[in-house]
Amino acid sequence: MTSEAVTSANRMPDLGRVTLVDEVGVRERAARFQARSIKNESKTEALRLVLSMIDLTTLEGQDTPGKVAQLCQKAIHLHDALPGLPHVAAVCVYPTMVGVAKRALGNHDINVASVATAFPSGMALRQIKLEETRMAVAEGADEIDMVISRGAFLQGEYGFVFDEIAAIKEACGDAHLKVILETGELGTLDRVRRASVLAMHAGADFIKTSTGKIQPAATLPVTLVMLQAIRDFYFETGRMVGMKPAGGISNAKLAVHYLVMLRETLGNAWMTPKWYRFGASSLANDVLMQLRKQVTGNYQSADYFSKD
Amino acid sequence: MSGSGKRVPVAKTYKIYIDGKFPRTESGRYFPLEDADGAVIANICRGSRKDFRNSVVAARKALDGWSAASAYLRGQILYRVAEMLEGRSEQFVAELCLQGLSRRKARNEVEASIDRLIYYAGWSDKYQQIFSAVNPVSSSHFNFSVLEPTGVVAVLAPNDSSLLGLISNIAPVIVGGNTAVVLASEKLPLCAVSFAEVLHASDVPAGVVNLLTGFREELCGQFASHMDVNAVIYCDGDVEVARSIQEKAADNIKRVIARVDNDWSDETSQNPYLIKETQETKTTWHPIGS
Repeated sequence: MTSEAVTSANRMPDLGRVTLVDEVGVRERAARFQARSIKNESKTEALRLVLSMIDLTTLEGQDTPGKVAQLCQKAIHLHDALPGLPHVAAVCVYPTMVGVAKRALGNHDINVASVATAFPSGMALRQIKLEETRMAVAEGADEIDMVISRGAFLQGEYGFVFDEIAAIKEACGDAHLKVILETGELGTLDRVRRASVLAMHAGADFIKTSTGKIQPAATLPVTLVMLQAIRDFYFETGRMVGMKPAGGISNAKLAVHYLVMLRETLGNAWMTPKWYRFGASSLANDVLMQLRKQVTGNYQSADYFSKD
Repeated sequence: MSGSGKRVPVAKTYKIYIDGKFPRTESGRYFPLEDADGAVIANICRGSRKDFRNSVVAARKALDGWSAASAYLRGQILYRVAEMLEGRSEQFVAELCLQGLSRRKARNEVEASIDRLIYYAGWSDKYQQIFSAVNPVSSSHFNFSVLEPTGVVAVLAPNDSSLLGLISNIAPVIVGGNTAVVLASEKLPLCAVSFAEVLHASDVPAGVVNLLTGFREELCGQFASHMDVNAVIYCDGDVEVARSIQEKAADNIKRVIARVDNDWSDETSQNPYLIKETQETKTTWHPIGS
């Protein structure tokens, strides 16, 4: 038991003092990002940036090594008919598929992210979660996407959740830790803000909205609240934390709205794959279709783009 | 009833029909439709290329379900459309009169339109037998050719016919399991919008027919160049326009069906070959034991 005790120097924040969220204000502000006019040139740049920020994801019970290898091929060769495209940031898979993905990606500069800690429910003993994390890292995962124990969080056992995140962070070693809050199960934006603060103080490198298995997944208001929490955390501690909305962002236009929100909340420093990711499976093809449309002027068909 | 003055009439807003809903054009643009005396009858949506794009997305989404529906069911739904049109025939007669037809001609056109729907409904489970074949081959295979819907069909409905030309071009497309994006007549758009309401009330699944109003010159090129459209039907017989459609359609080798000199009121302008025009022939080789 003691071997797993938290040795992190991080201190538990006082969640009673976390800034309250103005729900009406957040929704209005989020809606306004969707009304920005984006000119063609900026749009092309934004679409390329979106591509470079994608964590190409497959998290299905029916995943096979063949499916994962195919996804990795897609990550490397997004659409060779358009030369000079950026590649995606990472491929996101289950721990059993990390080795397969690592081999398939070879020397390409694309990370392998592994979900861990009994994704998506998080309902497992801590020993098992820690062991799973270590094994995924040992297999070669560059990034770990963990889920928080929502049950414990909703019960008010913040200390438990904090310790768990800190312990997983330690088990990650050099791998980056993304903490999934599963905002669809948290209920209110206030809880989203509190969970964000808790995760960042416990050592998260990234905070992430959702597993993609629960609706609603990522939404603009939820993401805005998390971005604001990141901004305030940065002012307080000087440490930058990344953001990853995931689930439900399947079209290019919406992704660009997310970028507008990022730019206007956190600024240019966060506008790189190092600090911002999209968790998505079908977004990449829609972005590619839009980019091709920018070149040819014609609306595109999914028939001419490889499935991942 | 206080009897104080006349009741204010409730005029209909003519909107477009996309994915089973009646939105206004996303562009917010309108054009006034005038009668012969120059009085404004209605403001018509001036559909944009984004409306068209949204329609194609809806049509693509609806294609799997509609093409997999049984021929019998598609026929039943077409019958249902005809029944609904019959019940609302007075409204269509009135709209045709508003657009300049005499009452007698208007009535003839509505009746011919209803009959045309019945005609194609009847073909729903028969055209396959006419156009499919078991082919003679000199090896031990069954070899047969069958028809499959070509996919999403963009229809530039005849400009000089408000209802009959529209229906004559939509019915053979959808009875064959295709989905359609239709641009209504620019000069005579009223009946098209009301016909969308008939479709909506007839168990035609959302997205199977999407109906836009707007300017031909603006939208024609989009109809021809969209990569996710599998066929374009053009009825107005302008050679230059037809050529430009052919050129743009070449990018994804769409079928281009240019219909010239059609008198839609003529009996000969309804036939199963119009169904076949938006079908693909699939030939299958099936080995048989020696």
